[in-house]
Amino acid sequence: PAATGPLGLGRAAHPEELAAWDVDVLPDGRGLPEGSGDVLTGEEVFADKCASCHGDFAEGVDNWPVLAGGFDTLADEDPVKTVGSYWPYLSTVWDYVNRSMPFGEAQTLTADETYAIVAYILYSNDIVEDEAFILSHENFTAVQMHNTDGFVIDDRPGLEYAAWRAEPCMENCKDSVEITRRASMVNVTPLDEHMHPAMRGEM
Amino acid sequence: MSNTTRRGFLKSSAVATAGLATGASAAANEPDPLITDVQDWASYTGAGVDETPYGLPIRFEADVRRRNVEWLTASPISSINFTPIHALDGTITPQGCAFERHHSGAIELSKPDYRLMINGLVDRPLVFTYADLERFPRENHVYFCECAANTGMEWAGAQLNGAQFTHGMIHNMEYTGIPLRSLLAEAGAQMDDDLWVYVEGADASSNGRSIPMAKALDDCLVAFKANGEALRMEHGYPVRLVVPGWEGNMWVKWLRRIEVVDRAVESREETSKYTDVYEDGTARKWTWVMDAKSVVTSPSPQMPIEHGPGPLVISGLAWSGHGQITRVDVSKDGGMTWETARLGKQGDSKALTRFYLDTIWDGQPMLLQSRAMDETGYVQPTKAQLREMRGENAVYHNNCIQTWAVNEQGIAENVETS
Repeated sequence: PAATGPLGLGRAAHPEELAAWDVDVLPDGRGLPEGSGDVLTGEEVFADKCASCHGDFAEGVDNWPVLAGGFDTLADEDPVKTVGSYWPYLSTVWDYVNRSMPFGEAQTLTADETYAIVAYILYSNDIVEDEAFILSHENFTAVQMHNTDGFVIDDRPGLEYAAWRAEPCMENCKDSVEITRRASMVNVTPLDEHMHPAMRGEM
Repeated sequence: MSNTTRRGFLKSSAVATAGLATGASAAANEPDPLITDVQDWASYTGAGVDETPYGLPIRFEADVRRRNVEWLTASPISSINFTPIHALDGTITPQGCAFERHHSGAIELSKPDYRLMINGLVDRPLVFTYADLERFPRENHVYFCECAANTGMEWAGAQLNGAQFTHGMIHNMEYTGIPLRSLLAEAGAQMDDDLWVYVEGADASSNGRSIPMAKALDDCLVAFKANGEALRMEHGYPVRLVVPGWEGNMWVKWLRRIEVVDRAVESREETSKYTDVYEDGTARKWTWVMDAKSVVTSPSPQMPIEHGPGPLVISGLAWSGHGQITRVDVSKDGGMTWETARLGKQGDSKALTRFYLDTIWDGQPMLLQSRAMDETGYVQPTKAQLREMRGENAVYHNNCIQTWAVNEQGIAENVETS
């Protein structure tokens, strides 16, 4: 439908307001602020602000996300999807750390701290190997991520919809049916006080 | 009979009949004291109209509530809980038990503190207050919001025992809001097909996502009411985005900024998360639409058959991100034969649709399944079909046919079948 004309609602956004909220960084590096940070500084900041959940080497503590490693596991039975093994763009790392980390204390990092943390995450993933490496807004887009080409745009329409838009079977669809797996064999459902799976009528 | 005596009798008879409360309607050998004796509620008065300015369900329904599964996530702050779909009927989800998914918790954002910014490729970068938004022409629509991860724990096998846990990352509400295209027009946005709209929330996680311009101009709503009242805090109060038919992650809550951009941002929530890994290790990105899906909600593991053989209502939900549900088939023998169910009413587009199969249960074991079809002719696939196409590590978008094995006692279990 055609858009309606302006009603004259709202007011002009100030440049300072735009700068405060529009901090996203695009894969081509647009949106990055000026600044820099090296691996060793990043290691210190990471130890101070990140390692309690993500581990000293970004390997993850308990159930918290693993940020490093997992190379060549994406086709395994249990893929390890990390910044190094899975993330396609470095921009996303900078953007997400800057905006939403540390968990519970987001938006407290300076631009230089974020550059340093990102440099350390690159080092933890062997994407850069030199401890003296300095990441900055100038060399940012030169960093090559491993899995940049690992993604395809949703291809369900051609692969699946074409195959599954067909009149379904109604009778004699199979000769027999066997139960192959049962939830009770895994037994991980929260139970109520009667050891039932949180059933209707049981509080 | 004095009141004291009658009360004493009621107390003891309540204990005696408790076990029969859900029993079959066998022929009564003796008169039912619930009928022959005057009950308290037929004699004394109930609660006054001043007692409950905003009510909760009666205490007997206390089990109809959200539940979480602790082992699923590292922290309850970035986590999920589940709608009790097994116990609900119709299609509208009561907001108070509609599932939650947060990445940095449910935040408290007042209307006076609320601001919405539109910027990027627009003639006029704008800031709106909540009061501004209420002055735009508004619309009402019912849509389902299904988490991309709904049924995701079931990819590798039958795990969680109950429709609430396997299919409860979903709710369905009537939204009141402003078409997103109205706000884009207000800012003088460029609207070419190759442009994108990046949306983010006011919470610490921000949950930024990129939406292609065509979808933004089509049916996205900037919503401030759900099921007639303001959004609940945990659902994005005071303003959230509604993205009909598309994965729940894109329904950005506490919406604070809309940016028109010339390419997708490829944010964390559309690279690290909400991308679907294939068996060969490559991954699909931008899998936005939620395909046709259904589940039998009763009988189900949390809803055993307690009335014995005879008339049985098999009930469930069907939905599709591609449009209307046109048909739901139900099988009682694990997919060997199918019967077409009755729709509670013609489904709204991209909304939950209720189905019923009114049947006679012979007391024999059943392997219950439901199979949804939508207006594009798409037929809900089996898990085997999905696995053949995608492997077992996709995490998201599991819309497979669900099987409940019902035994002679009427108890149902989540199973997989050949």
